[in-house]
Amino acid sequence: MSNKRYVARSTAIAARALGDETMVMSATNSTLFTLDQVATVIWEAVDGMTPLDEIVANKVCTQFDVSQEVALQDAEDVVAELAEHGLVTISDQPIAQTNVQGAAQTKGTSA
Amino acid sequence: MSMLVAEMVAKALENNIPLSVQLDLTYRCNERCVHCYLDHHDHGEMTTAEIKDLLDQMAAAGVFYLTISGGEIMMRRDFFELLEYARLRTFCIKLKTNGILIGKKEADRIKALGVESVQISIYSHIPEVHDAITKLPGSLEDSIDAIRRLRAHGIHVIMANVLMIQNVNDYMGVRALAAELGAQFIVDPTITPMMDGDRGILDLNVDEAALREVFRNEALGGGNVEEFCAPPLAPGEDNMDQLPCSAGHTACYVSPYGDVYPCVQFPLPSGNVRQMKFVDIWRDSPQLNEVRTIKLRDMPTCSQCTHGSTCTRCPGLAYLEGNMRGPSYQDCEKSFARTGVPSENLKARKASPQPRHAVQLVQIQGLQPAARIYSKTVAETQTVNA
Repeated sequence: MSNKRYVARSTAIAARALGDETMVMSATNSTLFTLDQVATVIWEAVDGMTPLDEIVANKVCTQFDVSQEVALQDAEDVVAELAEHGLVTISDQPIAQTNVQGAAQTKGTSA
Repeated sequence: MSMLVAEMVAKALENNIPLSVQLDLTYRCNERCVHCYLDHHDHGEMTTAEIKDLLDQMAAAGVFYLTISGGEIMMRRDFFELLEYARLRTFCIKLKTNGILIGKKEADRIKALGVESVQISIYSHIPEVHDAITKLPGSLEDSIDAIRRLRAHGIHVIMANVLMIQNVNDYMGVRALAAELGAQFIVDPTITPMMDGDRGILDLNVDEAALREVFRNEALGGGNVEEFCAPPLAPGEDNMDQLPCSAGHTACYVSPYGDVYPCVQFPLPSGNVRQMKFVDIWRDSPQLNEVRTIKLRDMPTCSQCTHGSTCTRCPGLAYLEGNMRGPSYQDCEKSFARTGVPSENLKARKASPQPRHAVQLVQIQGLQPAARIYSKTVAETQTVNA
């Protein structure tokens, strides 16, 4: 069994960069979070397909003066907290992401 | 406002980011509310592609809160296509609708698309009163059905009760209905002038005695009524740099025709997204930049008024009364009803009475040529297609 961890952002969230931080809101309960600079780098990189340790090695440790071990532990804490609030999904397998829940049902036409 | 939201707003102000935008998709509507400030004709609404491009631009500019409103938003056949597109751009989405077109399928889609809240106007718990205001028989029943469907999905529903002379006695009934349906209740005692400057509908505003009763009704607020209604302290030097509100500072409004204004209640034409990029209008519009310069110290009457630092003065209403640096008579009336202390403006008017609707509007005329240009564009397009 793989010990890799894959993280994908939830589709039911609102998020926007504000300076070097990111605001994230859970659409299910309107709870607002702000992510600091490091958490923002992780947030932007999680795509469901790249393992968390690779994100830490390639995105975090290259931008911040921190060891891989410490950075990975911090990253795992961050994604665990985000997962608690339904903002991300964590899996030991790559996570295929659909664009939007129920997107196939939409049939729009020009007004 | 929570500490986190206050920090977010402060950061947006510091970085000149339009944190909140209200986008009206259409002015068309299936109701004909007696107090509505819009005309309901289509003067050349933005197309699906134009709105999607605008949503891309707004996301890139940093817009977080997106209120999608109208008119009735579901009169657009591409409504769900646009809503889905907005969801992909990760806005915090709030909808304003009358709910009449929200059936089970629509409620399911709204739930699936992670909308933060849906605001539905309910004027009265009595069908005859509500339906007489909307001029649509059966509309109260239809709107309540929509609220039930949305609530069944756990969606946050806000029941907005706009007060006017027709329904002034019904707000407690609407509040009880909201509690029964599990919806949030808000009451708004302000009827605003029409966007073309017509002030006739202001006659529907409730009188001062009714306003006073609303402000002093402990069941409506969550705070301390005595404190809320206490005579204000005159503004000090430290209040003089106070900003009037978020309009033009961290928020703006975009009409169905692409016109950008500081706020839906502040129709100062500031640019059009069909002619310029949204972010360029936001950063460089002379009108928005002028609005941003106005602080309490720049308001000759309000800076001298005892209500100066506590008044809920709306700069848009002041603009519609002829001077965006002046007082808003409607807000002066509210401050008086709340505290019993007349504003400087009310005292001056008492000393030198003038007809209530005599203020001449100058700047609002800028709206009319814009609408004509887009009507012409649509007509030309139709000719080519034919």
